[in-house]
Amino acid sequence: MKNTITTILAVSVSFGLLVAGMLIEEPPVFVGFLLMIAAAVIAVKRLDLLNKIKIDTSHPSFYISLLVAVIAYPVVFTSLDNSYWIHVATIAGIYICLAMGLNITVGFTGLLDLGYVAFYAIGAYTSAIFFKAFPELTWAFWFLLPAGAFLAAGAGLLVGIPTLRLRGDYLAIVTLGFGEIVRMVLTNWGTFTNGPKGISGIPGPALGGFSFEKGMELFGLEFPRITNNYFLIYLLAALMGFAVYRLNHSRIGRAWVAIREDELAAEAMGINTTAFKLLAFAIGASFAGMGGVLYANTIGFVDPMSFIFMESAMILSMVVLGGMGSLPGVILGAFVLVVLPEKLRDFQQYRMLLFGAALIAMMVFQPEGLIPSKRRQLEFSYHELDPADHLE
Amino acid sequence: MSLAAFLQQLVNGLTLGSMYSLVALGYTMVYGIIELINFAHGEIFMFGAFIGLFTLQGLESLGLTNFGVMLTVAFLVSMVITSILGVAVDRIAYKPLRNAPRITALLSAIGVSIFLQNFVMLAFGRDLFPFPRRIIGGVTFGGVRIDNIQIIAVVGSVLLMYLLDLLVRKTLMGKAMRSTAQDMEAASMMGIDSDRIITVTFVIGSSLAAVGGILNGLYYGGIKFDMGFILGLKAFTAAVLGGIGNIRGAMLGGIILGLCETIVVAVMSAVGFAWAFDYKDAISFVVLIIVLILLPSGLMGENVSEKV
Repeated sequence: MKNTITTILAVSVSFGLLVAGMLIEEPPVFVGFLLMIAAAVIAVKRLDLLNKIKIDTSHPSFYISLLVAVIAYPVVFTSLDNSYWIHVATIAGIYICLAMGLNITVGFTGLLDLGYVAFYAIGAYTSAIFFKAFPELTWAFWFLLPAGAFLAAGAGLLVGIPTLRLRGDYLAIVTLGFGEIVRMVLTNWGTFTNGPKGISGIPGPALGGFSFEKGMELFGLEFPRITNNYFLIYLLAALMGFAVYRLNHSRIGRAWVAIREDELAAEAMGINTTAFKLLAFAIGASFAGMGGVLYANTIGFVDPMSFIFMESAMILSMVVLGGMGSLPGVILGAFVLVVLPEKLRDFQQYRMLLFGAALIAMMVFQPEGLIPSKRRQLEFSYHELDPADHLE
Repeated sequence: MSLAAFLQQLVNGLTLGSMYSLVALGYTMVYGIIELINFAHGEIFMFGAFIGLFTLQGLESLGLTNFGVMLTVAFLVSMVITSILGVAVDRIAYKPLRNAPRITALLSAIGVSIFLQNFVMLAFGRDLFPFPRRIIGGVTFGGVRIDNIQIIAVVGSVLLMYLLDLLVRKTLMGKAMRSTAQDMEAASMMGIDSDRIITVTFVIGSSLAAVGGILNGLYYGGIKFDMGFILGLKAFTAAVLGGIGNIRGAMLGGIILGLCETIVVAVMSAVGFAWAFDYKDAISFVVLIIVLILLPSGLMGENVSEKV
């Protein structure tokens, strides 16, 4: 009972801080606010408070309070008449899906995919090209979602089959090349993709008689239209997160980690490494494909410039920053890296510069990320401790 | 397609290829010694071009008029400053990660690449900087035009590569480099200071990239903050094509890749596929994938299996 109360309290406090942070308008105040939070986080970690006050992240109360927070978020901002931050959180939701997918490839299996954005582009253009031809079939969105995932997974297999036998760092360059080729095709194949101009006017989804294009009216509040997409995206993200969690704790997940840790040993243990690597690649790609469909139907516009290498690098930074192989880590990483640049608009142009520096600093000082995965932490500090003592 | 047109493409491809080779050498040498794809090498190349341009502009404002002298100074200044950058990158971003999992160092290298590219963009702007085109003229043989800059690029690159080959094969330093590449631990036991060898490797790789950058600017007449990205990928492809870790292989790989690129585009355009030009940059990726599948050790590389 005590655990439940402290857990609910902790989630509420975090939620309150999040909303407060978003509402701070003046950059200097916000930076001060950030520093305060950072100090608080360090203090909590140093004093081991998380264990002392018994916050149990595996308890149902944690997930229920998270769910309440996700629902409360648009309610709070709608009553404040501030649809901008609902929009930002919606985009963050798409990136959470992407980061969870890339985490399967990079975090669990250890395959560095630098062309992940290509699968995202395939999903987005699947939807865009379909709606360019049949703009009135808005219900088709529900079929495009699996179609985008399927096409992206197919593309993943197409790149994966010839290249996954390669050494890890070669794979990185080949996937990067694949990403560039996809972008070149999108830019140059004008009749199909509208070239550099992109495709606009992609309609939002519709369900039965309900169109996502119109805002809802509930409890006397007039929700902006983006709220529909917000709920859809977070629902899908939750489903994906659950799938990732189950995969990670299954035979498949253990095979992936074994491949990451030592491919030769994994093979000697009878794991079909090529098959499991392909599986990781295809599942990761399918997440990006769905993310792409969601993106196209939320923003209503796609163009090749949205799918450049820097986008891949950004999704990769989310995974690395949060903690490779750690599900809560990558969710946090994606959320932070979408919301923070929106807050620090004055520094917008320095965004990629800071990403680069953060990536180096992270690798040198804290390679396991903000919220390290237990297994991963052991790998990085392998020489200092005996892994057997630290496994539960 | 006439013979003259074909030969013309051959000349252009050779020029392009010699620049690829210069940059590919940096990739191959670093990979040979610390087994890291120095993802930031393309940015080092871009940085070299910018330093060269600024030196030229500085000398011009001092009132110098002899372009040969100016260019020589620009090459030297750029080589020195770019080498310092290359070594600094190694010290800050790679050295602490020598014993870390390989993916960690590669991610750090990607961070360096993003950082340098955006640093140059923010510091100097995102415009195309015109490079002084003072090397003009050329010779014509039976319809094939060879510009003087092409001659300089090819002869200069070949000369530098010959010197590097001599250094690696004939000097004591070269011997130390080869042994470090073969087995760093054993080489250290023989009294070779591996940190020093790594530094020398970064110095050589970065200076060659600086030369490549300036030649690139002189040849195309302009430089831009993102010029290193695609060229870096192509140079890496060249290194893999020649057999990564193999110095002569990188030279050969660069030349072959340059020739491939120009000739494939020219032939395809000649037979009616004019769209081929838009996909010019994709050719090297296709070459890379084919080489990695059919000939993973490259043209001249030894067959190395993954180290356990």
